[in-house]
Amino acid sequence: MREIYLDNNATTKVDERVFEEMRPYFCELYGNPSSMHFFGGQVQKKVDEARARVASLLGALPDEIVFTACGTESDNAAIRSALEVFPEKRHIITSRVEHPAVLTQCRNLSKRGYRVTELNVDGNGQLDLSELERLVDEDTAIVSLMYANNETGVIFPIEEAAKIVKKKGALFHTDAVQAVGKIPLNMAESAIDMLSLSGHKLHAPKGVGVLYVRRGTPFRPMLVGGHQERGRRAGTENTASIIAMGKACQLAEQYMADEAGRVREMRDRLERELTALIPNTRINGGGTERLPNTLSIAMEFVEGEGILLLLSEKGICASSGSACTSGSLEPSHVLRAMGVPFTCAHGSIRFSLSRFTTDDDIDAVIEALPPIISRLRAMSPFGREFLNK
Amino acid sequence: MWDYTDKVKEHFLNPRNVGEITDADAVGEVGSLACGDALKLFIKLDENKERIVDAKFQTFGCGSAIASSSALTEMVKGKTLDEALEITNQQIADFLGGLPEEKMHCSVMGQEALEVAIAKYRGVEAPAHGHGHDHVESEGELVCKCFGLTDVFLKKVIASNKLTTAEQVTHFTKAGGACGGCIPKIKELIAEVLGEEKKAAVEKPAKLTNLRKMQLIQETLENEVRPQLWADGGDLELIDIDGSNVQVAFRKACAGCASSGYTARFVEQKLRELVSPDITVQEVQG
Repeated sequence: MREIYLDNNATTKVDERVFEEMRPYFCELYGNPSSMHFFGGQVQKKVDEARARVASLLGALPDEIVFTACGTESDNAAIRSALEVFPEKRHIITSRVEHPAVLTQCRNLSKRGYRVTELNVDGNGQLDLSELERLVDEDTAIVSLMYANNETGVIFPIEEAAKIVKKKGALFHTDAVQAVGKIPLNMAESAIDMLSLSGHKLHAPKGVGVLYVRRGTPFRPMLVGGHQERGRRAGTENTASIIAMGKACQLAEQYMADEAGRVREMRDRLERELTALIPNTRINGGGTERLPNTLSIAMEFVEGEGILLLLSEKGICASSGSACTSGSLEPSHVLRAMGVPFTCAHGSIRFSLSRFTTDDDIDAVIEALPPIISRLRAMSPFGREFLNK
Repeated sequence: MWDYTDKVKEHFLNPRNVGEITDADAVGEVGSLACGDALKLFIKLDENKERIVDAKFQTFGCGSAIASSSALTEMVKGKTLDEALEITNQQIADFLGGLPEEKMHCSVMGQEALEVAIAKYRGVEAPAHGHGHDHVESEGELVCKCFGLTDVFLKKVIASNKLTTAEQVTHFTKAGGACGGCIPKIKELIAEVLGEEKKAAVEKPAKLTNLRKMQLIQETLENEVRPQLWADGGDLELIDIDGSNVQVAFRKACAGCASSGYTARFVEQKLRELVSPDITVQEVQG
């Protein structure tokens, strides 16, 4: 059975060019970049090159790049740093639709006496900047808002948000794990103080992330020990993965120039065809700007897990906002925050494309999904009136 | 991905007895769109109205829900209504070679639908569970507001499945799986069913050092008090502890609430019960 992988917002395939770049740094060039001898020095040079490649993708300076273990670590480090930098400030602002890497940490901090404000989103999953402007105050240490949502692909007006926050003297962090490599970013012309990204979302391996820290931004490390990463993240570098991250960022620059349009066209075709072929659907976040690779489609009167299992039988890998796929009992917090009705939220499926997605993959979904939905609706006590459409 | 048995997969991919029986003798409907799963069970009896000759189902839900419904319809055929009523949710799960614990509520839904169908056929009051079901008004006290589950139903599931933790109760019934506000009550029900003394009474030490007292106060506020306030959109923050005087500030919906005095007394009562009888709670603006 051919594998059709459309779950790239969960993780991506390591690009073979990335793998080839990292391969020598396991058994051959395994020196410690902190060592004084030539053997470590050659690794240090390669790590520096990776740093420059990441910086180039972000429009940043190499010394603004801190390598971490993952996006979650970057998010945690940014927020914790801000709270240490401003010990007198007790207020954090985030949104209701953040990734758990931010949301869980903020909720834990609220139990430790911090005041946490979670901004609402509208039916399209979009922020209300006037609410942010009203709520950020002199007690606010940090505002952390995601650049693009992992479930719906909705892109927040991050630059405008950052400007609002900076006027009030707070730090601004964005979890850009889903945005980096898919849409252009330019830190040189930005008000963002800190930005998180993750290697495995852009065809580097799992286990490497980056925290961008703008030059001059006060920072307190979460991991202390050695002097690695200019004292901002102690611990021997995960050199092979860092080198992979550099290569992945270099390839992402090319991809955005050459291929991102093709991916958007495939996503749009998938959306158009599925909407035409399956009655009673809606596109989550469809009324606002979204990532070009993400389609979150809600289908009434069916439950997501059943859809995923039947798609999986056809070799198609997707994801769901349904509760039953996760073991939790309520549908995704993102869809609930958007006010997506229960009739749709349980039956929401996310397809996320990558540079490796082909037209054949899209054709396979267009062929497979409508009969799956008809079959499940025929089995359901609800929505049987759609059977004959 | 869930670790489903081959039999669960088989019954999900090729469910038996899907559909409806237009002249069914008994129909039981449980669940709702909001709950994320629902089952409508149709039963046809023989000419003598003794044995079940046919059963069909319509299910909205996950793979386990569909497989459990399919299994149930296979299991009831040939049985009398009394025999069918003997089927437990564990037997439905066993028929399928087991279900992940997080999915046991699917088997409970099958058992519920059967009970509702037979009760309606016999014209007696349907058993109490909730779940947005179409049975007669549930008896008992509503425990889980999110999923509409009563203490009578929960105690029955706790006893028949020998559940010992609130997490297990959530997996089997969904109770506590949304806002979590009823989890302390679920723990009380488990203790009641198991015939244990209240957990807090057992754990409360005879003599408290100052440090232990402060720890217990914090733990009680975190585990017993705040989840209940969250359920109503409120919250509190511990401001200070001075001997037995505990200062708290109310947040969110509790802040400025006309009933905050009542809430403060509730907090005090909980702390006296679980920490020390001499505790006083004072609301401050923090």
